[in-house]
Amino acid sequence: MSLVLVGTSHRLSPVEVRERVALDLAGAAELARRMARSGEAVCLSTCNRTELYLVDSEPEAAEERASQALLGDEVELYRMTDEAAAVHLFRVAAGLDSLVPGEGEILGQVRDAYDAGAHGPVLDRLFREALRVGKKVRTETAINESPASVSSAAAALAQQVFGDLKGCRVLLVGAGEVSELAARALAARGATIGAVTSRTQANAARLADAFDAHAVPFDRLGSELDQADVVVSSTSSSEPIMSRDQVPARKGRPLFVIDLAVPRDVDPAVARLEDCYLYDIDDLQAVVRESLNGRWREAERAEGIVEREAERFRDWQASLQVVPAIASLRERAESIRSGELAKAESRLEGLSESERRTVESLTTQIVNKLLHVPIVRLKQAAATEGTGYVEVARDLFDLPDDENADPRRKPR
Amino acid sequence: MAELLFWPALLAYGEAAIAYAGDARRPGSMGRLATWGVRIGWLVQTALLVAQAARADGFPWDTWAGSLNLFVWLVVGAYLIWGCKPRFRLLGLVVMPLAALLLAISYAAGGVGGTGRSGYSSLFLIAHVGLVLAGFAGLTLAAAIAALYLWQERELKRRSSTVLRFRAPSLVTLELLFGRTVAYSLPVLTLGMAVGFARLRHDSQLDPLIVLTVLTWAVYGAFLVLRFGAGWHGRRAAYTTLAGFALVVVMQLSVHMGHFA
Repeated sequence: MSLVLVGTSHRLSPVEVRERVALDLAGAAELARRMARSGEAVCLSTCNRTELYLVDSEPEAAEERASQALLGDEVELYRMTDEAAAVHLFRVAAGLDSLVPGEGEILGQVRDAYDAGAHGPVLDRLFREALRVGKKVRTETAINESPASVSSAAAALAQQVFGDLKGCRVLLVGAGEVSELAARALAARGATIGAVTSRTQANAARLADAFDAHAVPFDRLGSELDQADVVVSSTSSSEPIMSRDQVPARKGRPLFVIDLAVPRDVDPAVARLEDCYLYDIDDLQAVVRESLNGRWREAERAEGIVEREAERFRDWQASLQVVPAIASLRERAESIRSGELAKAESRLEGLSESERRTVESLTTQIVNKLLHVPIVRLKQAAATEGTGYVEVARDLFDLPDDENADPRRKPR
Repeated sequence: MAELLFWPALLAYGEAAIAYAGDARRPGSMGRLATWGVRIGWLVQTALLVAQAARADGFPWDTWAGSLNLFVWLVVGAYLIWGCKPRFRLLGLVVMPLAALLLAISYAAGGVGGTGRSGYSSLFLIAHVGLVLAGFAGLTLAAAIAALYLWQERELKRRSSTVLRFRAPSLVTLELLFGRTVAYSLPVLTLGMAVGFARLRHDSQLDPLIVLTVLTWAVYGAFLVLRFGAGWHGRRAAYTTLAGFALVVVMQLSVHMGHFA
């Protein structure tokens, strides 16, 4: 049984190509069921990738079926098998194959695909390991800790000033999409959107409704500033709308001002006021750049984790190949043991029940001890040297050729 | 026995100091190593102090080197309250190299070995020296937090793009912490001073050390009055904390020059 991966992603195909093979969760589940007729299948489909993971005894045929399902004649696809496919899934789950390294959404999407898939022992193990690796990378590195967008950088900086944003009052100046995005990032971290002001009162009222805040007239900006802890400004004004004189003395209460407008809304002199911290769009973009650099630095460490975990999976997968041979070996030994005991039956008639049990136990132990070392060696060799040892064992012990044996059969 | 415990304590503090530096460069497992270094070092130093106390005839830390040993233990102990949290690891960059250095000085000057009989009663020394040193340890920690506040405030004012790289506590948290640490440490120092004054003989002269101690107390007292009475917060409050700490340093130096004991 081999692991096969066929798919496409943002690295290979533009969005107009990806959208042709994108599936919702129900569609991905249906495709996985169809593909799993002779093995196992999971379909991972997100906005950045559609991938089919198959386990099949005929990998070439499985690959061909997957290519057809993903419009291989029209869409450029990548194809991987066994260890390479496992490494790829581990990297995907860790967020190392994402546009923004370490982004968290992909882990949930991998879990959903796993839940909806038609998995057997191999894909079950592969996806559970991938989810574990994804979590491990995020726990052991700082890959997902820094903000990756201007709005999340603004919220992270507000946290750097105030700590917990619960109880922080935010004033939105301007009611456009940019203000809304920043407000959502702040609200997600616990801040209260207290007031919205805009030159167009209707827009202010609309955004205020969305956050259960108050819409206040634009000329009350000065008085609102006194109550605010965080100000997000994003208007289309060609002149600064907030001057240094408008900001009341803070008396030890910090004021964090986020100016997302171009041209800028806030007089740069505000930054010189005590307890005032002013960030404009360039400052925020510099923070995002730096934080993405940090994520890439962490990604190097994450690659090391992925590599080690993929090696473990490879060892496990290799050990599967020897399972049928080990089972046959045990069966052969057991049949010899029980056959020889049966032959000696006439000479053992005089034994008591307890003495018979002792003989049974003794012969079983001899067989187990004789087989223990060869079985351990077989498993080790499968991980490091392939199936050569299995062939030798089959030849030496005259084991049946179990090419089509079920790897789920467990050796005792 | 006591001397044997010194080396693992110093090694653990040194390891913590190096690991904190590594953690500042690349946050992760080094931070955890540093935290364990602090914990293990402090426990070993506790055992060292217990061994000294068991062996000594009287108060074992009545020399300046001995008091330095005790002071290091108190500072690291106070740091342990917050220092193990990832966001406060940056404090370790200041506290742990200092702790390792002072412990080494204490050892070189004979502060970790046995001591002879003290001229003072144990009860008085435990109350006076213990309380004064505990107060100073708290004020030292407050100064480290205030320094971290000023660094963080400067980074935010400068709009540094790397401000989020070092996972430091927020400005508001740091501000609250150094204020509270002073508020808890000053009463301890006051009590220690009161015990000292109670022992002061009528014909004793006010020596410079006493004047310095009173001056330090006055600076921190003014800090608390201004903070809670006039709403002094932020940068000014941090600078006042550091000014008070400068007096603590001068005092510690003068104690170590031979005024004490």
